[in-house]
Amino acid sequence: MTPMELTGSLGIVGYGLGAIGPGIGVGLIFASVIQGTARQPEARGAMMGTAWIGFAVTEALAIIGIALAFVFGGL
Amino acid sequence: MSAFLSGLVPLETETEGFEAPGVHSFDVPPLFESVPWFDKYMLQAIISVILILAFWLIMARKNAMVPSKGQYIGETAYFFVRNTIARDMIGHDFRRYLPLLIALFSFVLVNNIFGVFPLSLLPTPSHVGWPYGLAIMVWVIYNGVGIATHGPFGYLRHATLPSGVPAFMWPLIIPLEFVSNIIVRPITLSLRLFANMFAGHLLVLVFVLGGEYLLLHSESIINKTAGVVALIFSMAIFGLEIFVQSLQAFIFTVLTAQYISSAAAEEH
Repeated sequence: MTPMELTGSLGIVGYGLGAIGPGIGVGLIFASVIQGTARQPEARGAMMGTAWIGFAVTEALAIIGIALAFVFGGL
Repeated sequence: MSAFLSGLVPLETETEGFEAPGVHSFDVPPLFESVPWFDKYMLQAIISVILILAFWLIMARKNAMVPSKGQYIGETAYFFVRNTIARDMIGHDFRRYLPLLIALFSFVLVNNIFGVFPLSLLPTPSHVGWPYGLAIMVWVIYNGVGIATHGPFGYLRHATLPSGVPAFMWPLIIPLEFVSNIIVRPITLSLRLFANMFAGHLLVLVFVLGGEYLLLHSESIINKTAGVVALIFSMAIFGLEIFVQSLQAFIFTVLTAQYISSAAAEEH
């Protein structure tokens, strides 16, 4: 047996690495929504609409990561 | 002392009988043995089409000036798609694409909500064929709109070459924009819907199956308490799933409108 042998699912490690980007992206989106609401509270509605669209597009990559981690990694 | 400590033993020793949910949880058998393609997904899709047709036909019929409650609900849904999605995204000739957007929004929303509806509990787009079909249809439509507006070579030039790009960057920009606009868009559109439904349903399965296993098939009291907490928290996950499913239906329609609008846009 080889020393330092690691077993497990590389798909889950790949998902963990792939969730870094969307995590930062969603944080940036909602940080700018909070700042914009602080500067101009009456623009809140339009900003929140765009924020949800941006959230779904950014989150898509992380969600594709977890789905493909199951499909290719195989629990 | 050791009896007390054995109650705090971590879960690795007690989960031999637990079958974790995975890709295999989505394999449903066909409803009738003789018809192999008619399974639960197909039945849900057919029921959703019947429901949507009935809803919109009833909405289109009774038109009082002072709306009743049922008419108000239908009008709210119609105005939501028309104002927020069609008019803001496409511009002044949105009426040609409004039936498509309403049908897409209704179909994706009803099939997503089947994931939390008590009688079905399986979101139809969690089988990857359904988002693929919808995305292929949207791809054909927005490319068709672009070709009808600009002509085939004009549309390719419009899609792959933004205005104001210097000539020495063309070998870099054109393949990149071609792959991004024409090849990657249907892939991400379908995978976004599929992966959200797949991952959300898997999350619900983990909480419910894990909570049930911990509650009923394990011995120590700490595991049973964790099972109760998991089952209660799965209700919160159902709420999250309702939100994610509605959001994904909205996003699919908004992106379809966005692709149609950017394909049909005139040069400034």
